[in-house]
Amino acid sequence: MTTSPATNGTMQRLKASGAHQKLLAFASLIALLIFFSVASPNFLQTSNIIAILQATSVNGVLAIAATLVIITGGIDLSVGTLMTFTAVMAGVVLTVLGLPLAFGIAAAIAAGTLSGLISGTLVARMKIPPFIATLGMMLILKGLSLVISGTKPIYFNDTPSFPLISTGSIVGSFFPAVPLPNGVVILFVLALTISWVLNRTTLGRYCFALGSNEEAVRLSGVNADGWKTAIYALAGGICGIAGLLIASRLNSAQPALGLGYELDAIAAVVIGGTSLAGGRGSILGTIIGALIMSVLLNGLRILSVAQEWQTVVTGLIIIAAVYADMLRRRRAG
Amino acid sequence: MLNRRTLLGAISALALVASTGIVAAQDKLYIPMISKGFQHQFWQAVKAGADKAAAEFGVEVTFEGPDTEAQVDKQIDMLSAALAKKPAAIGFAALDSQAAIPLLRQAQAAGIAIIAFDSGVDSDIPAATASTDNLAAAALAADKMAELIGGSGKVALVVHDQTSRTGIDRRDGFVNRVKEAHPGIEIVDIQYGQGDQLQSTEIAKAILTAHPDLKGMFGANEGSAIGVVNAKRETGRSNLVVIGYDSGAAQKAAIADGSMAGAITQNPVGIGYETVKAALAASKGEAVPKNIDTGFFWYDKATMANPEIAAVLYD
Repeated sequence: MTTSPATNGTMQRLKASGAHQKLLAFASLIALLIFFSVASPNFLQTSNIIAILQATSVNGVLAIAATLVIITGGIDLSVGTLMTFTAVMAGVVLTVLGLPLAFGIAAAIAAGTLSGLISGTLVARMKIPPFIATLGMMLILKGLSLVISGTKPIYFNDTPSFPLISTGSIVGSFFPAVPLPNGVVILFVLALTISWVLNRTTLGRYCFALGSNEEAVRLSGVNADGWKTAIYALAGGICGIAGLLIASRLNSAQPALGLGYELDAIAAVVIGGTSLAGGRGSILGTIIGALIMSVLLNGLRILSVAQEWQTVVTGLIIIAAVYADMLRRRRAG
Repeated sequence: MLNRRTLLGAISALALVASTGIVAAQDKLYIPMISKGFQHQFWQAVKAGADKAAAEFGVEVTFEGPDTEAQVDKQIDMLSAALAKKPAAIGFAALDSQAAIPLLRQAQAAGIAIIAFDSGVDSDIPAATASTDNLAAAALAADKMAELIGGSGKVALVVHDQTSRTGIDRRDGFVNRVKEAHPGIEIVDIQYGQGDQLQSTEIAKAILTAHPDLKGMFGANEGSAIGVVNAKRETGRSNLVVIGYDSGAAQKAAIADGSMAGAITQNPVGIGYETVKAALAASKGEAVPKNIDTGFFWYDKATMANPEIAAVLYD
């Protein structure tokens, strides 16, 4: 009895912070894992779990970028082709110019940030609707990737350490039984960092404020346009990290890739409970959303479900997740 | 509560779908095929051949491929899921050989035989490659073109791309044959349309505008060939000799109504069939030929309905 008020208080706080909802999303993920483990003996092996995490790394990073923009009430359709563009820039710096690894990493992240800065300026200062501005950027970046690469993949054979960014395993060198690829570690470290930014910094607070009531932010004398531009730039920089991850995993910058990846990222964001209307969302939810998508796809493959049905089931899950979230919110008032 | 209901719904949907796939699958030899595509008719015909072999030899075959030929990473994820299922052998058509090598090595180490199909894999890991000899097939297209335009005149090519093995081989097969055997023919232009019908149409129209005296055009895959036919129709150049590649409903219709003179068809059904057959043999440790030529045919209005041809054409 003595603990009950405290427990109640904890529950209240959990609900208030939205953690309650994330817990339920997490429960869905666990349920999927249990279902597939029971259905196939091949699902729950270390190598397959690592394969799932690795398949999540690129989409997860893109989804983190998309989450930031969506919380401000915007949308970023350019995340997929921006990822490709930054991968091509890394290829130009490392393979064409032959500079050391650090320059390639810097080039990818700088190219991403710059592109995000342009998107942010188009949206915040020139007042072009985010859907249109980032649709334009999506096409511009896709075209530029093809132009710069000469429509051919750029390989990183001269930089033997480059593939290790994603496929090497620092964790595995300490714990040989768990060869967790670096790409997965990067995803989780990035998720923790951006989560901290959203919940503990001014940038994070304005991100939510812009999404819930942009007018109020403006009226209180805050430089709303500046903060919004900064958020798009941050999202762009994160896409640069995704570009490095995918290029290092494939040991090549594939210039034709990227279209359609923005939709996977947005799907992960909404499954994770972030509202497309803005003002509400979390990185933890997004990561769970991205994991749900890749667990589902991997599990269905392991069960030899025909590919056309895999697509149908993924669509059903997206609708079910968002509908459940809406009902919950309506009930909560 | 609602979430639990959603979950139950999701799980029952899954179970429903899964039950179609996993029934009695465990005791049969399992051979996954990871293809370069899935929804194009060509790949569906490859799948039909694989399914035919699966039924004949009593093995379980699954067939998967990414939505577009650019999605190298998605193909890698498919390959790693296939490996997790501990298959007897794998059929694989690489989008980018280099990206797939680490996983192929892993398969090799686990004693899983790899059979490459369609454009193959640039590596010595695959036990065999089942594919069309695209160089020879395109050379046949060049011979037919020479025959149809009377041995001399200007021709142009619309090719799907300049980076894939099939794009390069079909272009070079045609061009080299013209150089060797048909000195009267001048190739005035080669353009690339990504196999996209609309893009190829625009490209072909531009070529026709630039060369009013063009006698013939070769479209090197289904999308390119349809593009050339569309351009011929839209510009009213009824004398242009069009030669296509592969089949599909639109291309078959164009050949039937005479707007296309004829086309080269690969044998996609044979590619699927031979891949599964070789995979099964390799998984039992039997010797398989390194290169399996799955064959190709020339077909036109007159021969389209022959049973031998009709069997390998698809809609």
